[in-house]
Amino acid sequence: MSIFEYNGSALVAMVGKNCFAIASDRRLGVQLQTIATDFQRIFKIHDKLFLGLSGLGSDTQTLYQRLVFRHKLYQLREERDMKPETFASLVSAMLYEKRFGPYFCQPVIAGLGEDDKPFICTMDSIGAKELAKDFVVAGTASESLYGACESMFKPDMDHEELFETISQALISSVDRDCLSGWGGHVYVVTPTEVTERILKGRMD
Amino acid sequence: MGDSQYSFSLTTFSPSGKLVQIEHALTAVGSGQTSLGIKASNGVVIATEKKLPSILVDETSVQKIQILTPNIGVVYSGMGPDSRVLVRKSRKQAEQYQLLYKEPIPVTQLVRETAAVMQEFTQSGGVRPFGVSLLVAGYDDKGPQLYQVDPSGSYFSWKASAMGKNVSNAKTFLEKRYTDDMELEDAIHTAILTLKEGFEGQISGKNIEIGVIEADRTFRVLTAAQIEDYLQEVE
Repeated sequence: MSIFEYNGSALVAMVGKNCFAIASDRRLGVQLQTIATDFQRIFKIHDKLFLGLSGLGSDTQTLYQRLVFRHKLYQLREERDMKPETFASLVSAMLYEKRFGPYFCQPVIAGLGEDDKPFICTMDSIGAKELAKDFVVAGTASESLYGACESMFKPDMDHEELFETISQALISSVDRDCLSGWGGHVYVVTPTEVTERILKGRMD
Repeated sequence: MGDSQYSFSLTTFSPSGKLVQIEHALTAVGSGQTSLGIKASNGVVIATEKKLPSILVDETSVQKIQILTPNIGVVYSGMGPDSRVLVRKSRKQAEQYQLLYKEPIPVTQLVRETAAVMQEFTQSGGVRPFGVSLLVAGYDDKGPQLYQVDPSGSYFSWKASAMGKNVSNAKTFLEKRYTDDMELEDAIHTAILTLKEGFEGQISGKNIEIGVIEADRTFRVLTAAQIEDYLQEVE
């Protein structure tokens, strides 16, 4: 069994019209045994930039701490927030530094860039970037998420419709995966506000 | 370093609180060839004298204005060899930034890094301060920018500045001529006139250098022929 599947995770980000959403499940397990049902995999880097880390829970937390550290130094040095594209390059570079002993994480980065243009991307555990216009998925539920997103996603959704779509995609996908689930955590980000919602699904 | 007999810092405070080594470095800059820079509303120009020790020197082999990144150029006054060390270090720094963030280094960041190197050489053991001042011209998201970096490691952003042999005259001249709404073509003319003021002998496309950056964000060094054209315009 792969170490990426040890704790279980489901992670998805979608682009809407001048907005984006990023969502994850809340389970932390040790193989089939559930340890926690309030695990956080999505983190806010700044008001318009979010980072999701699927994979091994401990590496998720360590990587998050290191990235926040780097971003804070960047903010102090350059007196500005990082653009999503820049942040993605930083994450990629930091992952590749550990090319032969990687963090067992697959990150998803979502943010609003210049002129509030949505940006989403994912990469593998050694930092090979994959950019997308519509949606990106990661985690043990990624296969079912692909299916759900491909059938539910429409371009240019507004933030309310986007919330419905990403929530439905997440909830229906985690039901097909025994390592992720136990509700969901959804962030919808528009240029003016961030809405955070906790979802209930099949809590077993 | 650190294992030699001379690995103590050469730059030490005098009882009056001055760092004499740095003042000597500034003297070296002050006796160097004149360089100047002007920030216009739509670009930056830097220019320098290129006096050669003998007419037998092939002037095409001397390049005093150098490119650090495609959108940042630099010129020095003072000791040529010292400037090359800084150019090499700055280019490396810019490349590292590009590698990490996949975007060009902002002018401020590169200037800060370069200034940090110069500062380090005022405090480290076994080394002496750089005998150069730099004028860094660049164009990035914040628009046109002009910085001067001194041997002490201090740096300032200027609307127009000069350094080298004729500093005071050149600065007074620039103060008279500078306006906030100045455009690049104007600035190039002013730069040439300022150089001409303190120039010994006949100015030509071969004994001055001009570097220009405008909104296209590509720094270019003018050719001798292009300089000649500008020289004719100011006459």
